[in-house]
Amino acid sequence: MTLALLLAATLAVACVVAVALPFLREPEPESDALEDLDDEERRHLELLEARDRALSALKELEFDHRTGTISDEDYRAQVGGMRRDVAAALQALVPESGEGQPPDARN
Amino acid sequence: MPELGRAALLVTLGLSLYALVAGSAAAQLGRRRLARSAQNALVASFGATAVAAAVLLSALLRNDFSFEYVARTTSKALPTAYTISAFWGGQEGSLLLWLLVLTGFGAAAVTLNRSWARDLIVWVVPVFAAISTFFAFLVVAVASPFATQPAPLDGAGMTPSLQNPYMLVHPPLLYLGYVGLSVPFAFAIGALLSGRLDERWLVATRRWTLFAWAALGIGQLLGSHWAYVEVGWGGYYAWDPVENAALMPWLAATAFLHSVMIQEKRGMLKVWNVLLVIIAFSLSLFGTFLTRSGVVNSIHSFTQSSIGPWFLAFIALVVIVSLALVFWRVRQLRSPTKLESPVSREAAFLYNNLLLLALCLAILWGVVYPMLSEAVRGEAVVLGRSYYDFFLRAFGLPLLLLMGIGPLIAWRRASLRSLATTFRWPTLVAVLAGVVLLLLGAGSSIPGLVAYTFSTFVLATIVLEFARGTRARKALGATSWPGAFTSLVSRNRRRYGGYVVHAAIVLLAIGIAGSSAFDSVAEAKLTKGDSMRIGDYTLVYRSLSERSGPNATEIRATLDVRRGNRDLGTLKAGKNAYTIEQQVSNEVGIRSDRLTGEDLFVIAEQIDPDGSVYFRVFVKPLVNLIWLAGLVFLLGSVITLWPDRREQRRLVARASEVGIPATH
Repeated sequence: MTLALLLAATLAVACVVAVALPFLREPEPESDALEDLDDEERRHLELLEARDRALSALKELEFDHRTGTISDEDYRAQVGGMRRDVAAALQALVPESGEGQPPDARN
Repeated sequence: MPELGRAALLVTLGLSLYALVAGSAAAQLGRRRLARSAQNALVASFGATAVAAAVLLSALLRNDFSFEYVARTTSKALPTAYTISAFWGGQEGSLLLWLLVLTGFGAAAVTLNRSWARDLIVWVVPVFAAISTFFAFLVVAVASPFATQPAPLDGAGMTPSLQNPYMLVHPPLLYLGYVGLSVPFAFAIGALLSGRLDERWLVATRRWTLFAWAALGIGQLLGSHWAYVEVGWGGYYAWDPVENAALMPWLAATAFLHSVMIQEKRGMLKVWNVLLVIIAFSLSLFGTFLTRSGVVNSIHSFTQSSIGPWFLAFIALVVIVSLALVFWRVRQLRSPTKLESPVSREAAFLYNNLLLLALCLAILWGVVYPMLSEAVRGEAVVLGRSYYDFFLRAFGLPLLLLMGIGPLIAWRRASLRSLATTFRWPTLVAVLAGVVLLLLGAGSSIPGLVAYTFSTFVLATIVLEFARGTRARKALGATSWPGAFTSLVSRNRRRYGGYVVHAAIVLLAIGIAGSSAFDSVAEAKLTKGDSMRIGDYTLVYRSLSERSGPNATEIRATLDVRRGNRDLGTLKAGKNAYTIEQQVSNEVGIRSDRLTGEDLFVIAEQIDPDGSVYFRVFVKPLVNLIWLAGLVFLLGSVITLWPDRREQRRLVARASEVGIPATH
């Protein structure tokens, strides 16, 4: 009983220390604000996702055409549109990077 | 040390509550240290739960019958392996396992993703904490595994059918699957709460979902094999509510794994995907509720159950809050792109989703109908096998066909002429197979014949895809054919691993069709020296033996087996009489033909004092393909789950472009 209580108390203290650790390590931080993406960074992330999606779709179409899974007819009907999507996705990213430096790296 | 177990669970409850309250406050107020503290609480709750689990395991291994749970689920004569499996054999232990896996998965998922998706993780922590608070509350206040009593001399033992090696892995795998679905749920709800509805929640949970889905799938197949070899009724799936409890979330997760590809490739179906994750998790909770509340037996046992009402309230809360959040964010979830054509890969995946969900809902209705009828009319009306078989055929056969069609159609739109070219060879092979099977007599079951024909079609498309892909990789510079094949699979593990999983489903379909649509059965009461025939087999009853095993008396009838003029050796079938548990189990005799996949399955239904035995014998064609499907399914799952460095590099590069620290 005594050993069990001792072990339970040790467990409870260890957990309290783990929970309090961020406050013990930084009792008076310069900033306690959460590092979050601002609206511009979120928009940038969405554009990057759109770019990767368009590139991935084009790459898959090219490979499927090469294997013969996609016929010449379907390939011709789609490749133009997909290339335009990629170009548009890349174009959408240009003004952002052209405006200035990329967002500061976060730690 | 029950006090230590109780204290550890109290600590878990406290930590979970703290993570819920502090995590919510930190996310709302934007407090960094408080958010980190909540994350630490979630991780620490896993440690505290592990201590509680260690206490219970130790009590089981020591046969400490002062623990009510240990006395109720084990006995001194129980072999050690089954004493360990008693951890998840009863209600309290299985709830503790749920909590252990949940806190472990929560801690791992949060820790692995907190660098690159920290703004999302802040909102994910309180969701995990809310779920673990519920389960911690259950094991602390409602169904504690650490309740004590004056120790009896021996325990009540374990149900004989659970004394089987499959019980060492089947339930834990199902729990890994059930609980694993909490990870995509927590991230989806976190994304809804935070409004971070970009792709990161999908990327962060993709492998967790795959893992949970694979664990559920393999767990169910192991459960089926256990039922086949141990329960002794001659089948492997009885549409039992507890079996259905695992099948429903698996079907919902299967739908999600397909529809998520449409969101990744086309940016569509965002609302649908979130809904599927909510459905899959709610069904996993419902599955646990079904197996643990007693509601399966009777609606009245549900009201007497200690955990039933709590579970139902929690499921209702999960569903209501989740749907409210989806409704709140529905404008953000709207997709800018639309379905361009009903003949496209995304349309095929959508049809697949609708069929999977329709099958899932049909099964759900079959499961809840007895409870509803008992609640309304006072009499439980059980929907029988024919109900489930009807929907399995109605939705399962088109699903099988779509499995071959979907992956070969172009995204966006495909021309009909192109379809004719693409599917020319697979269709030809399938029709040829159908005609040959018809000539061989498979027309006795039309659904069986259709299943075989569709299966051939799907297998042909899979073989074609691998052959074409390997040829293309060779043309692109691979040095050898094996090298080209390896390169093909490793460059797109999800796609080609998915094909392997499709091949497993085809084997499963062939096995199910063969063993259920084309099986045969014979029954006879034999005295020693008598024989019976079934198909080409002749069985001669030779002798009856009895011996004492470690915890049961084993009675076995020995039969000589011949096929035509060929002697196939002997087969034993009988019963085990368990002394402590006061129960008798069927111990079936199975002879498998490795070449044809057929089983001869013998049950000694009744053994009379004069030595005569009433035998029931089945011949089950192709049944072994079901178990082979499990191995192929495992292979496909491992391929899809294997880490993809190229993809990780791409994600890291994308994250660093936005300024998110590039560790994943």
